[in-house]
Amino acid sequence: MNKVDSFNKSYRLQRQADYWLGEFSVMASPCQILFDKVTEAEADCLTALAYSEAKRIELKYSRFCDDNIVSRLNQAKGRAISLDEETIRLIHLADLCFQLSDGLFDISSGVLGKLWHFKQQTLLPNDADINALLVHIGWQKVQWQAPLLTLPAGMQVDLGGIGKEYAVDKVSQLLQSEMRTQQINSAFLVNFGGDIYANQLRANGDAWQVAIEDPKHLGVSKLMVSLAQGGLASSGDSQRYIEVDGQRYGHILNPQTGYPVAGGPPQVTVYAQNCVQAGMLATIALLQGEFAGDFLKAQDCRYWL
Amino acid sequence: MQLKCKSKSFANISMTLAAATCALVAPAMAELSAPEDSEFDSWDVDLGLLIYAESDNQVQAYEGALSITKQIDDERSLNVKGVIDVLTGASPNGAVAQNRVQTFTRPSGNGSYTTAAGETPLDDTFKDTRVALSTQYQHQLSRLWRYSGGANVSKEYDYLALSVNSALARDFNNRNTTASVGLAYAYDTIEPEGGIPNPGVSVDAPNNRLEDSETKQTVDLLLGLTQVINRQTLMQLNYSISDVSGYQTDPFKILSVVDSDGWANDYVYESRPEQRIKQSLFWRTKYNLQPSGQVVDMSYRYFWDDWGLASHTIDSKWRVPLKNNHFIEPHMRYYYQQAADFYQVYLDEGETIPEYMTADYRLGELQTYTFGLKYGFPIAGNEFSVRLEYYLTQVSGDDSLAKGVGMSGVDLYPDKSAIMLQSFYRF
Repeated sequence: MNKVDSFNKSYRLQRQADYWLGEFSVMASPCQILFDKVTEAEADCLTALAYSEAKRIELKYSRFCDDNIVSRLNQAKGRAISLDEETIRLIHLADLCFQLSDGLFDISSGVLGKLWHFKQQTLLPNDADINALLVHIGWQKVQWQAPLLTLPAGMQVDLGGIGKEYAVDKVSQLLQSEMRTQQINSAFLVNFGGDIYANQLRANGDAWQVAIEDPKHLGVSKLMVSLAQGGLASSGDSQRYIEVDGQRYGHILNPQTGYPVAGGPPQVTVYAQNCVQAGMLATIALLQGEFAGDFLKAQDCRYWL
Repeated sequence: MQLKCKSKSFANISMTLAAATCALVAPAMAELSAPEDSEFDSWDVDLGLLIYAESDNQVQAYEGALSITKQIDDERSLNVKGVIDVLTGASPNGAVAQNRVQTFTRPSGNGSYTTAAGETPLDDTFKDTRVALSTQYQHQLSRLWRYSGGANVSKEYDYLALSVNSALARDFNNRNTTASVGLAYAYDTIEPEGGIPNPGVSVDAPNNRLEDSETKQTVDLLLGLTQVINRQTLMQLNYSISDVSGYQTDPFKILSVVDSDGWANDYVYESRPEQRIKQSLFWRTKYNLQPSGQVVDMSYRYFWDDWGLASHTIDSKWRVPLKNNHFIEPHMRYYYQQAADFYQVYLDEGETIPEYMTADYRLGELQTYTFGLKYGFPIAGNEFSVRLEYYLTQVSGDDSLAKGVGMSGVDLYPDKSAIMLQSFYRF
């Protein structure tokens, strides 16, 4: 666990101009929670609660842990695994997204990351290696009859494409519930590495101002979005891509071809009722490549390309 | 040359995703609060107070309402509501204004009141207290089916109203569509002081009363359809039909019998048919502007019946959230009504008395404008709101009917205005 400050807590609390800022690091992302109108003690208690919930989700669904539901699924060697309530809901959503995206959103495609790791990568993977992996990809091959999930031997799932957005919504829900119990009425904004949820307008009537990073110039804000209530998520290949022979290969991979999706926008930001919905729309949009804009237009949602 | 504007058409999946992603986190809330039982132990209490006052010291009403809702469990809830109204003031008795003083026998038959020259005759005996009690039960029968049933009793000095209702609703299409069917039955008894007047007979005639009381039965059928259009828009369509049978005459309303010089020399009791079929079509759209949180609510109603009455109502509300959970909601309503077939402002002396007749302006041609403003803010974490509304009713008709010396220059169709102040608190 990261020790992030001298008080030996896993999170840090700071007073900003007109809000409290709770910070921690979970799921390899910088996580922030902004509280509009709370006392320091309340901010501390709520940040602690948020941290422990985010950490719980990370430990439960990380594919780097040896003893969690994801590793049990990935090591089941063709046996059926019985899932708990929370995981059933997540798998149902993944299953739905697979169907709604005509197979483009696929939680079994994570193994492609072995070939497309983008770490000092200068060569494209060869077709033979890709074809060997494609055999083990394809959600249509699993048997899913809740609560039982059976992956064919050699197949793996990765909930990384949903996990962070899910953590944002789950933490937000928990904060709202706790604030109701404690009779705290305050606006807050949860931001886990760019996946965001805000519960209500701030006390002064303003919306939160969220800066969306320019994928081409890291650290530079491309645009400001006013967010009063709802979820905001961005998907893009800003940091992970390789260029070979002038062609840019991003980290959004097509599970059917094994190749990065070409011709799409570098980044998509979507506003929706909640963060998971925004995240799924953004991801599925990028999977459409050059048709990302057409897809988003049909969704009747606010988005930024 | 290569065509560059390639495009592809996509289905809208965001509605389906919205439903699925809400389900992802929402049940966790129930899990969280269930052990404390806080959701089910609490009672929701709504308290409302209303003051209504018409111009020229006509009707004034004061109303207090208390509503208690108990969530029995996830599927069932019960609401009990009590209302007390106090009404005072005067209301038009149906007679026309005259260029001389008029004297009227009180509806009870005891005593009289007078109206000055040029004034619209108002019956000042109007004073009543109404107590109403109702209960409504809701039950989520299964994932898609919902039942609601209730009973209502209301009593005032000379009026008793009893009713029961029942409705069934079903969700379709991923819960984006709700269809409902409802039935209601009402049984009303009126027992005016002095007895039921004999229609068409002079208010001054001896033995002009019939039975002590009369009854009326109403059967309502309501068909409703609610459709989620997209994340922001909700649309509602209702059709209702009511069959009313029994005594529907207003025993307190009369008509002037006017001679060729415009003088009212007699007054007779009004008479309305015993059968009435009312129908209405209602369309409503609620639009939620995101992310500002503003709500626009627009509706249109068309109403018609077999008395020849028809009306159009356009209603719009716009809720604007302000800082600190305050909100402001302007309201505008326009109502136009076409008169019932048997409405006439007075009877001509010497003509046969028609079977059905009324001079009650509420069945005449009229339009009403409503302007209102509601302001809400939290008190101790609960919503408190105040609403102020102004009503203007313009009655219209043939002005040339103000004939002769008796009526020349009088206003047969006086405008009415009213203000209403309402406050509401939920805790």
